[in-house]
Amino acid sequence: MSFASFSDFLAMGHHGLYVWSAYGICLTVLAINVALPLQARRRYLQEEARRLRRENHQ
Amino acid sequence: MKMSWTWFHKLGSPKWFYAISGRMLPWLTIAAVLLLLVGIAWGLAFAPQDYQQGNSFRIIYIHVPAAMLAQSCYVLLAVAGVVGLVWKMKLADVALQCAAPIGAWMTAVALVTGAIWGKPTWGSWWVWDARLTSMLILLFLYFGIIALGQAISNRDSAAKACAVLAIVGVVNIPIIKYSVEWWNTLHQGATFTLTEKPAMPAEMWLPLLLTVLGFYCFFGAVLLLRMRLEVLKREARASWVRDEVLNSLGRETVR
Repeated sequence: MSFASFSDFLAMGHHGLYVWSAYGICLTVLAINVALPLQARRRYLQEEARRLRRENHQ
Repeated sequence: MKMSWTWFHKLGSPKWFYAISGRMLPWLTIAAVLLLLVGIAWGLAFAPQDYQQGNSFRIIYIHVPAAMLAQSCYVLLAVAGVVGLVWKMKLADVALQCAAPIGAWMTAVALVTGAIWGKPTWGSWWVWDARLTSMLILLFLYFGIIALGQAISNRDSAAKACAVLAIVGVVNIPIIKYSVEWWNTLHQGATFTLTEKPAMPAEMWLPLLLTVLGFYCFFGAVLLLRMRLEVLKREARASWVRDEVLNSLGRETVR
């Protein structure tokens, strides 16, 4: 462990704001990149389900 | 010596790709999560602080992987462009279109985390230096490819135009790589090279190696997610796609 305490860890030796904002932005972007394709897949399958239901009723 | 090219032709088959990528996805996901968790925790809490930069250097564990991936992804676009133009492989265009937005996101992460790192280290968020400027150009190249792919309604013409832009733009990659050697720059040199040992101690570069590998596995996983959906959409009339959609509908959206 490179830090004496948890508050030291959060403070990052006066660089806390820089380090944590960089990590926050990066992890947010990674999360967006997972969410976007999953959401698109769900939406597409729902559209297909609606289309199939329409076709079956005709 | 006779080489078998069947794997290459199989790779062009959407059905084969869909099956094999479905089997690879869970492993890539597990690898990405493990590598990123261990690498980031190690880099943030356990790696020793830099004797000059203090703790701000810990941004390296996301900045370098994002920047490496941003460039590798662009090379992938160019390779996909060549494969698509020369062998008319449909999957190459799927890969190109699906990888471009991920590459753009990674370039943005590299630029933003770099700016945040630059402030405490150089005293400035941004300098018009060769490395930073060529990375900004990379971002615009990605935007250009994404816009071009969406603007042309004919799929084949869009594929050709994007392939050409991807291939032409690849000259920017060696410029980014060697920018820190060719021009006077604030940006530090490469952390990893194939020929030399890293200048930092192992407990500093090992976590970086883990996050780099983690980013690549992450990229593989989200690229496959995007490509699999795109294949379903483009091959919507094939009977195996109908079966797959019905199968997924049964599992996911019967509510």
